[in-house]
Amino acid sequence: MNLVINGKETNITAGLTVNQLLAQENVQMPDMVSVELNGQILKRTKFDQTILKDDDKVEFLYFMGGGSVSN
Amino acid sequence: MSLTEKQIERYSRHIILEQVGGKGQEKLLRSKVLIIGAGGLGAPAGLYLAAAGVGTIGIVDCDKVDLTNLQRQIIHHTSDVGVEKIKSAENKMRAINPDITVQTYQTRVDAKNISDIIRKYDFVIDGTDNFPAKFLINDACYFEKIPFSHAGILRFHGQLITVLPGETTCYRCIFSAPPPANAVPSCSQAGVLGVLAGVIGSLQATEAIKYLLGLGKLLTGTLLTYDALEMNFRAVKLNRNPNCPLCGGKPKITELKDEEQVVCDLKNCKC
Repeated sequence: MNLVINGKETNITAGLTVNQLLAQENVQMPDMVSVELNGQILKRTKFDQTILKDDDKVEFLYFMGGGSVSN
Repeated sequence: MSLTEKQIERYSRHIILEQVGGKGQEKLLRSKVLIIGAGGLGAPAGLYLAAAGVGTIGIVDCDKVDLTNLQRQIIHHTSDVGVEKIKSAENKMRAINPDITVQTYQTRVDAKNISDIIRKYDFVIDGTDNFPAKFLINDACYFEKIPFSHAGILRFHGQLITVLPGETTCYRCIFSAPPPANAVPSCSQAGVLGVLAGVIGSLQATEAIKYLLGLGKLLTGTLLTYDALEMNFRAVKLNRNPNCPLCGGKPKITELKDEEQVVCDLKNCKC
């Protein structure tokens, strides 16, 4: 089935959970990723129960620092 | 306040813009922007806001200029190594534009001091690198209702979002709390392309000026992500999160609190 991951059409196996998708997409540090599913931020506790559907739009959002460490 | 002849000449390229004009320039001269962190992001933001004639610019930093900063923190020069960053930044901003007032804060923002500092300003630029500070700025700006620009850079990537507290998606709507210990590398651990700071910090300054002048469409409810290797910008729509612990329906955060610094375990890390 097809997903749109960070704007790119991607073909994935049907029935994957969000956690399984994070692993399959080789997201190095899943703890640092927020996931938006079809326009809504998904609670981290739901990553394991949420099964992706055809045409879902998924955004992986990453923590990023930068600038000055000693504000 | 009316513009002097010298000011009309200095700001002529602004004034000639229909959307700015003399009125807009006068408004900028009356405006106050606070930059938290005189580092990679704060450097271009400070220089451009000074050049643009933002009348009062506050700058917060407690560090001194280090040789490793100069690859990207373009407000600091080689001769400034060892000098307090706020002093170095103030000197450059005033050299560019003696019209402006620079307020310096030789401190690190924390839950005790941040509200008193930010409430004097119309807009805040988050140019910090540590997550406790980013969450603190988000929370303090929410409680004080001060719009701000959040940004981050790492390796070849950058991102930013503008927040109108209580009205648009906030940082905690996206990330409810800081990441676990050592989950996120810092610039000193992972590296960052210096010019990324220039790109993203300049975008933050653009948002500040747009907000002050009420121009165009602000980058609210949208995280702009930049991939320098692909040379690709993406605008990711992000709705407000009804479960946001700060601005959601049932807020868990009702007062300012310092988050633990858990991200960078390197002592004397210079990001």
